[in-house]
Amino acid sequence: MAIVHVQGLSRSFRVSEKDPGLAGTLRHFLRRKVRTVEAVRDLHFEIEPGEMVGFLGPNGAGKTTTLKMLSGLLHPSGGRVEVAGHVPAHRQAAFLRRITLVMGQKQQLIWDLPPLDSLRVNAAVYGLDDREAARRIAELAEMLELGEELHRPVRKLSLGQRMKAELMAALLHRPEVLFLDEPTLGLDVNAQAAMRRFLADYNRRHGATVLLTSHYMADITALCPRVLLIHAGSLFHDGSLEQLTQRLAPRREVRLELADILPGSAFSGYGEVESCSGRDVRLLVDRDQLTTVVGRLLADLPVLDLEVRDPPIEDIIGRLFRQGSTEQP
Amino acid sequence: MTSALRIARALFVSQYALMLEFRAEILLWALSGLMPLLMFSLWSGAPAGAAAGISPQAFARYFLAAFVVRQFTVVWVVYAFEEDNLLGRLSPLLLQPLPLVWRYAAAHLAEQATRLPFVVGMVALFFWAVPEAAWIPSPTRLLLALLAAHLGFWLSFLLQHAITMLCFWSERASALERFLFMPYLFLSGLLAPLDLYPEAVRRFALLTPFPSMLYLPAQLASGGAIDAVAGFRTVAVWLAVLIPLNLVLWRAGVRRYAAMGG
Repeated sequence: MAIVHVQGLSRSFRVSEKDPGLAGTLRHFLRRKVRTVEAVRDLHFEIEPGEMVGFLGPNGAGKTTTLKMLSGLLHPSGGRVEVAGHVPAHRQAAFLRRITLVMGQKQQLIWDLPPLDSLRVNAAVYGLDDREAARRIAELAEMLELGEELHRPVRKLSLGQRMKAELMAALLHRPEVLFLDEPTLGLDVNAQAAMRRFLADYNRRHGATVLLTSHYMADITALCPRVLLIHAGSLFHDGSLEQLTQRLAPRREVRLELADILPGSAFSGYGEVESCSGRDVRLLVDRDQLTTVVGRLLADLPVLDLEVRDPPIEDIIGRLFRQGSTEQP
Repeated sequence: MTSALRIARALFVSQYALMLEFRAEILLWALSGLMPLLMFSLWSGAPAGAAAGISPQAFARYFLAAFVVRQFTVVWVVYAFEEDNLLGRLSPLLLQPLPLVWRYAAAHLAEQATRLPFVVGMVALFFWAVPEAAWIPSPTRLLLALLAAHLGFWLSFLLQHAITMLCFWSERASALERFLFMPYLFLSGLLAPLDLYPEAVRRFALLTPFPSMLYLPAQLASGGAIDAVAGFRTVAVWLAVLIPLNLVLWRAGVRRYAAMGG
């Protein structure tokens, strides 16, 4: 049975618009122009317990709005949502004990005190006795590689250390469902990798369900076998990254290193020429013709080296967002 | 220990630790509450006091008691909440199974505990400077004064917390709190003991919550004439009004927060 159930979920906002300048200010004061923005439109999906799901989309697509509705911070404008058997908007204590929402730029730790002080408060709020709290803090600290940092004021920690401590605070009560909004935002490469290792380990140990948004494709590819791609408030794709790649990029990239320099026109019968620079050539070839085309290239041309690869997923997604494609699943 | 007590203890301990990080600021905050002592210096030479049958010694004791009461009834929840709202700190806290009001209440009580040593020092200094005004209240009066001061704090907190809930509708609810400072100034006994007010004004003032926040505990502590039963009855009535009002505003405010975009 699904632990997250979303049906026809929608959310719209009324926003006021103001023209620049003094005239605009006076008009705005006397007669405000208001328009309705549909941030989320008719979302349908289900997530099973223990799944790790990536939530992709360009800025303003509706990812954070969706996470806020799933956690109960926002009321939906329409549709139905159920998480862990509860209606999030009711914000019952039993529901709040089973979920957590971590937003990369927002903090719950007390800024001027060491993280341990905030963790003790959280332990009391969630009803953990001292021994259990100490055990969980030790476990999380070991997984997140935090030690003496827990005794330093939060303001004295680096961004990476602070994010780890925030995660500790968010996971101390061992929630069943984790909503993570850009958890690696602003972290350096090593800290990002450490965060991914931790999340994978946490999911493995505790079977937690994770819904994760990120602008770093490395987070998604490393952690999420399943991806929900949201664009302009609507669900564009629900499946694996591989399926998304095949759907958005039906062609594969063939890179050639040639013994001789040939003109671009020499390759027109093999596929679309992506680039032709001296002896290095890149072609886009339909997947179902790949084997035949590679055979012909090796037979017909002076090929020193040949490599077949998928276009980078970042390029595929980026192209989709730039084109504003609204093809529906 | 019941879970509520555990939570209260954990909140108080963490907030006390936080307040101790600001020792210099606490001293400045305590000094910023000197207005009753300034009023004492104004009234001590004024003929109106003597005409009303209030001796300089009584004035000194009243305003010193008012100073002490003010230190333990000052409330700043609207500013803290407004800042948390504007900086986006509310969202993570709203997702915890603990009403926000308890965090702010704990912060206020912790601040009072931090002020205590400074207040004791200032009282000792005052007794040294004005030895003829030094006194020790009777145990009954002292207990009643402490109870009245603590209830006065809760009245002040609940009144300002009700205004704080308006932050869910307006980001600058603190402007409304400043509007309430005027009636507090005139009706609480901060400027002068209510005994000096015209009878009609004094009766009106005693119907409002403001005297409960300062005049009632200060009179009890300083030995002044006061109808304690009527005073505590007024406290009870206003608590009975403000507690449900806060509950209603909190629920409506959170619904609006969730409806408007968090």
